[in-house]
Amino acid sequence: MASTIHFELVTPERLLVSEEVDEVMAPGYLGEFGVLPEHTHYLTILSIGVMSYRVGGETFKIALGGGFAEVTPEKVVIMADVAERAEEIDLERARQAFERAEAAVKELSLDDHTYQKAYAALQRAMVRMAAAD
Amino acid sequence: MANLRAIRKRISSVKSTQQITKAMKMVSAAKLRRSQDAITAARPYARKLREVVQALAGKAGPEAHMLLAVREVKKLALLVVTSDRGLCGGFNSALLRTVQRFLRENSGNYEQVSVFVVGRKGRDFFRRREIAITKEYVNVLGSLSYFNAETMAHDLVDGFKNGAFDEVQIAYNEFRSAIAQTPRFEKLFPISVVEGSGPAEGESDIDYIYEPGRNQILASLLPKYLEMQIFRSLLESVAGEHGARMSAMDSATRNAKEMISSLTLQMNRARQATITKELSEIVSGSESLKG
Repeated sequence: MASTIHFELVTPERLLVSEEVDEVMAPGYLGEFGVLPEHTHYLTILSIGVMSYRVGGETFKIALGGGFAEVTPEKVVIMADVAERAEEIDLERARQAFERAEAAVKELSLDDHTYQKAYAALQRAMVRMAAAD
Repeated sequence: MANLRAIRKRISSVKSTQQITKAMKMVSAAKLRRSQDAITAARPYARKLREVVQALAGKAGPEAHMLLAVREVKKLALLVVTSDRGLCGGFNSALLRTVQRFLRENSGNYEQVSVFVVGRKGRDFFRRREIAITKEYVNVLGSLSYFNAETMAHDLVDGFKNGAFDEVQIAYNEFRSAIAQTPRFEKLFPISVVEGSGPAEGESDIDYIYEPGRNQILASLLPKYLEMQIFRSLLESVAGEHGARMSAMDSATRNAKEMISSLTLQMNRARQATITKELSEIVSGSESLKG
C-alpha cells in the first residue's frame, strides 16, 4: 500500500499545490471528507470552506471558494474556483471584505438576483478569515 | 532647397515619436511575458476540467443537460474578442474583417445573429457599420480576471436557455507566437461530446462514487467548462494583443530610425548648400569691388 497520495490543487489562474501528501481534508457536498492513500474513486462538488492537507506532522490550510474534487487511489485533484493558502491571506483585508459583503447582504432582499452572489461573497470572506486564523 | 529650420524641427519630432514607440514596445514585451505566464498557469485546470467533463458527458449522453442538447441552429450568437486599445498593427482589423465576411456569407443560413463584443475596438467597428450589438464588454481586458469570463458565460447561457439563440460561437485571435496571431472561430456550446471519450480502456469500467449525483455534478461543471473556454480565449487574445503591439512598435521604431537618418542627410545637404551660397556671394561681392 502506498503510504502517500499525490495531491494537486488547481485554479483557473494557477497551480497552487502539487505534492505527495499523507492526508487531505476538504468540504464536500455532503459535508467534510478525508482522503487517505488508496481511497476509492470519488467525484464530488466542493462547497465554500477551509480545506487542509497533511505532510508528515505538518498541516497546511487553504481557503476554498467552491469547486470540485476527483479522487482516485493514487491521486487527489481539487479544482477550485478560487483558492488561497492561509499564509497568503491578509487578515485585515479579509475582514474588510467581510464587512463589505455583510453590508451588501443585509441591504439586498432575498429574491434579488444578486443576493446569491453577495451571499457567496460573504461566505468566501468568512472562510478566508477562518483559514487565516 | 528645403528650409533648414523646418528639417531640424521634423527631426526632433520624429525623434520623440521614436522614443515613445520604443517605450511602448518595451512595455508590451513585459506585458506579453506576463500574459503568456497566465496562459500557462490556466492550462492544468483547463486540461483537467476537459477530461472530467468529457468523461462525465460521455457517460451521461446529450439528454443529460441543456448545454449538451444540440438543436437546429436558426439563431446564432457570436462573441467577438477584440482589444480595448489600438496601435497594435492588424490585430483587430484582421479579426473584424474575418467576422464581417462570416456575417455576410452566412446571413442566409441563420435567421438572426446576435453579436456580443469584447473590447472597445470591436464595439466601435460594429457601431460605425450600424450592426446591432447585443451586449458589449468594454475595458475589462486591462485587468482580466476569471470573473469577467464568468459574467460573459452567464449572459450567453441565459440567452441560450430562453431560446434567444441555438448555438454560440466565439471569434478571437489565437495566440500562435509573439509575432503570429490568427483569427479563429470556435463553437462554445452546445458542447459536443466525443462518444466514448474519457478514461482509457479498462479504466472506464470503474464507476466513481458521485456526490451528489452524476448529472448534478455535470450540471455544475458544464458552466465552469464554458467559463474556462471563454477565459482561455480571452487570455490568448490579450497575449496576442501585446505580441501584435510589440511587433508593430518595433517596426515603428525602425521606421523612425530610417526617417531620422534620411532627414539628417537632407539637413546636412541643405546646410552645405547655404554655406556654399554664402561663400560665393562674398567672393563675387569682393570681386566686383576690386573691379
